[in-house]
Amino acid sequence: MNVTVQYFAMFREQAGVAQELVTTDATSPQLLYNELSDRYGFTVDGDVLKVALNSEFSSMNHPLKEGDTVVFIPPVAGG
Amino acid sequence: MFIISSAPIDAETLQQSLGNPGAGAIVVFEGCVRNQNEGKSVEALEYEAFIELAEKEGQRILDEAQLKYELFSVHATHRLGQLAIGDAAVWVGAAAVHRGEAFSACRYVIDELKERLPVWKKEHYTDGDAHWVNCQHCHSAVF
Repeated sequence: MNVTVQYFAMFREQAGVAQELVTTDATSPQLLYNELSDRYGFTVDGDVLKVALNSEFSSMNHPLKEGDTVVFIPPVAGG
Repeated sequence: MFIISSAPIDAETLQQSLGNPGAGAIVVFEGCVRNQNEGKSVEALEYEAFIELAEKEGQRILDEAQLKYELFSVHATHRLGQLAIGDAAVWVGAAAVHRGEAFSACRYVIDELKERLPVWKKEHYTDGDAHWVNCQHCHSAVF
């Protein structure tokens, strides 16, 4: 399955790209995050992480499907 | 109206957009870049957003405020990009018949924006160091 992953803030810096097409067997954002963490050494703990699928907040256990756009959201710091 | 903007916040124009002849109270909150955080001397801030979702979430927060409080209008803007000390990073304004609802709405909006908006800030310190704020839960890099 192919999904697009967009990276922001510390994830963008750690991955070294803002966006990429990822071919994966991961069936959920959680499994995809584990896979990408192994690749890039992400330093955000899973329990403070949120995820957006196709530009809406979702759950780390929501099923992934072909063509999804995934954004992992580290702790926010607006204001 | 919620706006994510790379341009400096124009507080005067924003406040005028709240105007209503029935409004007896206009409350405005402006969040500015300060020169220190947690004991470190800050030189500049850099804001980054997941714009598409931030715009939707920001508007949802304003819609919630409209439902919770009796308001004529409530608007907010969040800055992106490189900001210097004293620059406004966020602006919230609410207009209501009386001050109570306007104060409460302003407080609600800024608190929710800080909690929910997919926006991140990187602090650049005077000693040359820099780091992303609020990542105290992030463990140290393993490499």
